Amino acid sequence: MLQLLAQNVLNALQLGSVYALIALGYTMVYGILTMINFAHGDIFMVGCYLSLAAAAFLLGWQANLPLPLVFTAALLFSMVLTALLGVTIERLAYRPLRQAPRVSAVITALGVGLFLENFTLAILGPEPRQFPSLIAMTPWEVAGLTVTPLQILIVLLAGALMVLLDLLVRRTLLGMAMRAISYNRPIVPLMGVPVDRVISITFAIGSAIAAAGGLLYGLAYPVLDPYMGIRIGWWAFIAAVVGGIGNIRGAMLGGYLLGIVEVFTPVFLPSSTYRDFVAFSLLLLLLVFKPTGLLGRPVFERV
Amino acid sequence: MATSDKGKSLLICLGAVLLLALSWALPASGFLNPYIVQVLMYVGINMILTMALNLVNGYMGEFSVGHAGFMAIGAYVSSIITVAVLPRELAPWLFPLVLVMGGLAAAAAGLIVAYPSFRTRGDYLAIVTLAFNMIVKSVLENLEILGGPRGYLGMPRLTNLVWVTAWVLITLLILRNLIYSNFGRGIMAIREDEVAANLTSVDTRRVKIIAFLISAFFTGIAGGLFAHVLQFINPRSFSILKSTDMLVMVYLGGVGSLAGSLLGAAIFTVLLEVLRPLGLWRWVLGPLLLVLLMIFRPRGIMGLREWRWLQPVLAFGGGGQGPTAPGPPPA
Amino acid sequence: MRQILEIIDLSHNFGGLRAVSDFSLTVGEGELVGVIGPNGAGKTTIFNLITGVFRIAQGRILYQGEDITQWLSNRITAAGIARTFQNIRLFKDLTVLDNVRLGAFSRHRYSLMESLWRSSNFREQEERLTRRAYELLERFQVAHYAGVPARNLPYGEQRRIEIARALISQPRLLLLDEPAAGMNHAEAEELIRLIRELKEEFSLTILLIEHQMRVVLNLCQRVTVLDFGETIASGPPQEIHHHPAVLEAYLGRDI
Repeated sequence: MLQLLAQNVLNALQLGSVYALIALGYTMVYGILTMINFAHGDIFMVGCYLSLAAAAFLLGWQANLPLPLVFTAALLFSMVLTALLGVTIERLAYRPLRQAPRVSAVITALGVGLFLENFTLAILGPEPRQFPSLIAMTPWEVAGLTVTPLQILIVLLAGALMVLLDLLVRRTLLGMAMRAISYNRPIVPLMGVPVDRVISITFAIGSAIAAAGGLLYGLAYPVLDPYMGIRIGWWAFIAAVVGGIGNIRGAMLGGYLLGIVEVFTPVFLPSSTYRDFVAFSLLLLLLVFKPTGLLGRPVFERV
Repeated sequence: MATSDKGKSLLICLGAVLLLALSWALPASGFLNPYIVQVLMYVGINMILTMALNLVNGYMGEFSVGHAGFMAIGAYVSSIITVAVLPRELAPWLFPLVLVMGGLAAAAAGLIVAYPSFRTRGDYLAIVTLAFNMIVKSVLENLEILGGPRGYLGMPRLTNLVWVTAWVLITLLILRNLIYSNFGRGIMAIREDEVAANLTSVDTRRVKIIAFLISAFFTGIAGGLFAHVLQFINPRSFSILKSTDMLVMVYLGGVGSLAGSLLGAAIFTVLLEVLRPLGLWRWVLGPLLLVLLMIFRPRGIMGLREWRWLQPVLAFGGGGQGPTAPGPPPA
Repeated sequence: MRQILEIIDLSHNFGGLRAVSDFSLTVGEGELVGVIGPNGAGKTTIFNLITGVFRIAQGRILYQGEDITQWLSNRITAAGIARTFQNIRLFKDLTVLDNVRLGAFSRHRYSLMESLWRSSNFREQEERLTRRAYELLERFQVAHYAGVPARNLPYGEQRRIEIARALISQPRLLLLDEPAAGMNHAEAEELIRLIRELKEEFSLTILLIEHQMRVVLNLCQRVTVLDFGETIASGPPQEIHHHPAVLEAYLGRDI
């Protein structure tokens, strides 16, 4: 019983790491623009496909390349290209709407998301793609638990990225600029902060992290389809809200919590199809009792 | 002035009757082929959906992304009634009543969403509606008695163009009358400035309940009409993508405008049909057009404007920018 | 003289910062009372507490003898306390006419169903309301703006429409939040005259917050001076004018 629990916690940690990585992108953009970037789940999907493309290309070119090299190359390739995608989307679709009603930006984000999904579908066709295995899958038996090297890699890499991001936001000048913009946008430009550039960098970082999440997700759950970003995106979004949207540590916490919800739902309820029900009900309850999420700060309205 | 008002009302009534007659005569005479009739029915259903969502999102300025949940409730409840409750022969006669039952069930769910709106608004209320949509869909998927994820079928094809037209007209009339009343002004005041609305004695809680109730009711009606055209529904038809379609129609046509809702629904539905030869690429083109529209016309085609003939004589402006200067004060 | 408003030991904190401290004030029927103080003294906070924008944690407020401390804003306004805002809060995309008609929201006596069917009762009431709104707009010489969205109006007109919106609900007590803000000398003089007229015309009791000492001294019968949430002086304007604590609060720091 205890073993089953520990095994499930491990699985939850793996899944939660991916959710947390994506949730970071939602929360960073919200923090800085107070805008829900509904396209973010699809940016994750594109990142996943890009890393698939890089890995498949390298393996097709030289079948005996060392796998760690392929992994690293795929990671960097998809992170860089996805970051560019994120910046381009912000530049072309969101920036023109900064002064428009906030809802217009949200609708635009929905449109961009649909565009990414359907564009991927149109050029790749509807068949799911198989992600090549880059990490040895031979499980280790540790104290009766089954642990794969992949699980360790996912949890550690995700953890490392999150710590780096947290340091970046808290300790660097760039991070200070981000926090300043999220605190009071009208005043920041007056202090010489290049707001547009900081916003671009935010999108780049958020998208690159989502791409890393895409690669890890592809390795763990190797069947990809163009609509995969919808469900995972929504879940990551709930994670961000549960943690307190706009709060980076909250997004990580929320990600792991949602991993736990997803993994443990079939343990307690007849089927895993209840997972949406459980997750969204918990979200509703939380919003009723603590509308700002677990770690969010309350917002005052001025009169 | 009074006589011209009467004339205007009379003209509008005549137009409505003519429209109903045409929606009966054109399909019956075979002048319109069944495919076109089908598309027209979807246009009508989408018009109802768009007007209903516009009440909450456009007029009240909240952001519901979960209206497909209300639609699902209307569709399932009305379908259960026609399939499992009513005798087959009676169903066509009681169809309006069946739809109203579905609408009422959806309205009851509307209350559930209205309640959290007392405390939260903006993004958080959007998330509440999103969660509502997801929960409804998940519950339906797990209710084996309703077919679970496979869906529910066996409904007779009770929806026809006349019913659709009639409900579009009813929705239009009721929503117009609501909007150009004290309650409607209260709804718009919440959009403009909720705190100030409370401080001008608007009972914002009551007004929000009214808006959600009526919006959910008509969304449920549209769900019932939809179920009885398709004769088959499953939970996936009411996913967040359906809600997104509705949002697109609202913001395409224009927020805070009934005329915009009619236009948005018509353009969206017809465009998707016209672009059918493009295959998958129409789903690429559609979102692209939406993004361009938001950039160049962020409030939609008719944002906060209204066709003159849709406004009651007493109103002057009402929906927002009066198109022209108002008439003199009523003597 | 009957008391219309009694504020008893009202205090309010913002995250540990004391914005209002043990504030007490009684306003009698038909009085014109002013609250003055430098920026950030807690004046607007008091209005927000009276009108239910902020929940009251400490202190009590009585209106015509009734305890309204825990009432919701709309109920307080419906009971007869109307207000204006320092940073004008009109419904910007709505027409001027609708803005004014909204002020009388609580005065309608028709049901939702009646409005959906446009019953004759509904029509009569709407017509009466609209006529009343026009009368007020004419009183403030802005009737020609009736169909224009409020955002398109000049600043001064917006101020007057806000007052019209407050008056259409037939309030007993009118709270004016820095009505002279952003006005030059001549405009302020004009405003003082207008407020005096309105007080008689609509038999109002007025509580007024002001930043400009001159307006209050010319207008009010009684003045309370706030500084950092504390009441530092209270009395007739002539006395207040020379009160040492007041001079220090105003002149000690540049204004």
